[in-house]
Order: sequence, then C-alpha cells, then structure tokens
Amino acid sequence: MSLPPALAELVDDFAALGPKDRLQLLLELSRELPELPDRYADAADSMEQVHECQSPLFLAVEVAEGGDRPVHLFFSAPPEAPTTRGFASIMHTGLDGQPADAVLAVPDDFYTDLGLAEAVSPLRLRGIAAMLARIKRQVRAATG
Amino acid sequence: MAVTNDPDPKLAEYAHPERLVTTSWLADHLEDPGLVVVESDEDVLLYDTGHIPGAVKVDWHTELNDPVTRDYVDGTRFAEIMSERGIGRDTTIVVYGDRNNWWAAYALWVFSLFGHADVRLLDGGRSKWVAEGREMVTDTPTPARADYPVVERDDAGIRAFKEDVLDHLGLVSSGGGALVDVRSLPEYTGEKLHMPDYPQEGAVRGGHIPGAASVPWARAAAEDGSFKSRAELAAIYEQEQGLAPSDDVVAYCRIGERSSHTWFVLTYLLGFDRVRNYDGSWTEWGNAVRVPIAQGEERG
Repeated sequence: MSLPPALAELVDDFAALGPKDRLQLLLELSRELPELPDRYADAADSMEQVHECQSPLFLAVEVAEGGDRPVHLFFSAPPEAPTTRGFASIMHTGLDGQPADAVLAVPDDFYTDLGLAEAVSPLRLRGIAAMLARIKRQVRAATG
Repeated sequence: MAVTNDPDPKLAEYAHPERLVTTSWLADHLEDPGLVVVESDEDVLLYDTGHIPGAVKVDWHTELNDPVTRDYVDGTRFAEIMSERGIGRDTTIVVYGDRNNWWAAYALWVFSLFGHADVRLLDGGRSKWVAEGREMVTDTPTPARADYPVVERDDAGIRAFKEDVLDHLGLVSSGGGALVDVRSLPEYTGEKLHMPDYPQEGAVRGGHIPGAASVPWARAAAEDGSFKSRAELAAIYEQEQGLAPSDDVVAYCRIGERSSHTWFVLTYLLGFDRVRNYDGSWTEWGNAVRVPIAQGEERG
C-alpha cells in the first residue's frame, strides 16, 4: 500500500515537526481549504454530513467519467471550526484529483502517521478517519 | 487587589452572581491586575485564529486530562499549567470558550476540583464576544510566571464516580435525589443508530441511568449563547422537571463535558446545595457490566 504522492508529502511534513509545530501546520492548512464552487455553495443538502466531526462538516465527492476516474473533493466547514477545516484540507491537498483506485488504496489508518494524536487528542482524530471512510464509500458507489 | 464583581442586573438574579461576568464588563476590566482570561474550546486551533486580548489558552483534552489514566491531571501538573500562564492561587480567572461555553464550563469545573476560589464564566462565551464585534487578537501573550501552589485535587464534593452513582440510585427512587441526563433525546432513549462503517463513540448499550431526567444541556442557553434568566431556568429544572434545590443531584452526559455546563447552571445560577458531575458518564455506564439501564422516554 502506498499513499498518493501529495498525501505522502503531507504525512512526511507532519512527521518532521514537533507537536506544537504540527498544530501550526494544521492551522495553515485550515486557511487553505478552497471555497465551495457555486454549484455547492447554496446546496448543503446535496452534500453528505460527516457526523463524526465535532463541528459541522459537509462533503461532496465527484468521480469523473473516463480515464482513471479522477476523484474531486469538496468540503464545507465554518471558520469557527479550524481543526475540522484543517482535516478537510489534508484530505483535499492529499487526494483531490487522484485516480479512484489510488483513493481506495489509502490505508484507513494513514492519519496515525501524521502524529497528531498527542497535539490534537485521539478523540478529535475520529473526524479524519470518518472523512476518509465516507469518501471511499462514495468512490466505491460511483465506480462499483 | 481583589477584582470587583459584575453588577449587571441580569446576573444579580442568579444565586451566585459572582460566578459570571458579562462581555461588556470584561471589555472594561481586561487590564485589571489580578485577573487572567482563559480560553478553553472544543476546537484545539480556534484560540490561534484569534482570541480576547491577553487571554491564555488551556486545552481541556491535551492539558487537563492525564495522558495515561482516564482521570484529570494531578496537583503538580495543575500547578505547572497555572503557573506558566501567570495564574496564582489568588488570581481571578474568567473562562470563556466556543459552543456556548461547553468546554469552558468543563475547565471551570476542573479548576474547582483543585479548589481555585475565584473562577468565573464569561456569559455568552466566545460567540457573544465575537457577535458584538469586540476586539480579537492573534498575538499570544507571554505572562510573567506565577507560583501556583501544589494543591491536591479534591474529588469528594463535586465529582461522582460510578460507585457513587450506584449508591445514588436508591436515593433517586425514594425522591431525595435526582439524576440529570443532559445528552440529546435520541441518546437518552437509546434509539441513536449506529451506521455500518461509522462507529459512534464506543458504548455497547444505549439508554440512560434509571430515574434520570432528560434535560439536554443546551436548553439552559439563550439564542445568543448566554444563560437564560433565572426565572426561565427555574421553569425548566424546578417546575417542569420537579428538581428541588435541596435535592442531591448527579448530572452526566457522554464524557462529562456537557454535564459540567449543567452542573454550573444548577450550582451557581439556581443555587442547588449539592450537585456532582459524573464524568465517567455514558462512555463508562454504557459499557459497564451489570449496571441497570433504562430505555425509551420514561425515566424508568
């Protein structure tokens, strides 16, 4: 099992830092989460809510037809939920545009290698595991 | 020098008005010597995106919990947390946070386990401060280190363990004691579903502790996140639910955070004599062997 290159790079970035700097990196990522495109901006009910996140997070997954079926990810989380936004940004940076097979091949526990448990707490990390599970489920449904 | 109390008339109606301050009072007293503002949030990064000027951060999960045992930190660690934030034993602490002060109330409760005398909540918390357009800054203060004494935690007064709750059940059924379940109604009834692939937070049984009244914690909050008036709170907890200030009350939720909020309401706003927070809550009770459980909307 290997991670898509962008996700592998992020994991390496986190692993190279101490706990406090990992939080800073997560904060920077939270600021980089792209805005929703217009077709989702006013249509939260067409997105899937990730209930396991401690703050409201909505997710949409698009799998393109043809080729290697690249996956595109869209997230919505409020500014007062920077941790949730940071997790979403990890998924976006690491997985957006990747082939469906590569997304499905990401190990479910890849996030343990980010080393965030100490800085963020294991409980808060449930959100990122749930995000990946829901992304994979939608990719499977679209390609199956 | 003692920090004054907020004379706001809404606060004056509560049993212990000295336990709350309003946003306008805090804005005027940020420079008071002897006062330290503490932010404690659910979201571990929120403080870093902007906070009340001079406020320091205490994270409930990574700092107030023991990293190994499921328990709170000990007196030595607590003294270190306080000292490095410039908080002494005589300091007036004002705590605020996100989510209607849910985690701020939890921090305040933990501070109270160590007997810190003057710790207050900011009524309305972070969201009210932000909504009013008050100043927020991102620079992190560097407080002069204080010398907080090592005080042993005293769990006896305001904390209940599973054994205490089992002992309490008889008192509840005889009407001299009460249990308050502050989770959402589907959690209380035990109907909350577990979807495949998406485990909820590992309790193997759903439902509530027999005899518990269902009062979701957020019912104590007004639209703007501040506490409802004393009369509105009394209407919920006393008239509607039949609790009396002389009752021996135990509050619980899932891991003890939401119930800290209700503990604060019953103790300081309504003046109940004896309220304990059962922090083991449903993640302990719903997994414990041979403890009684009730399901459905009836108290049981």
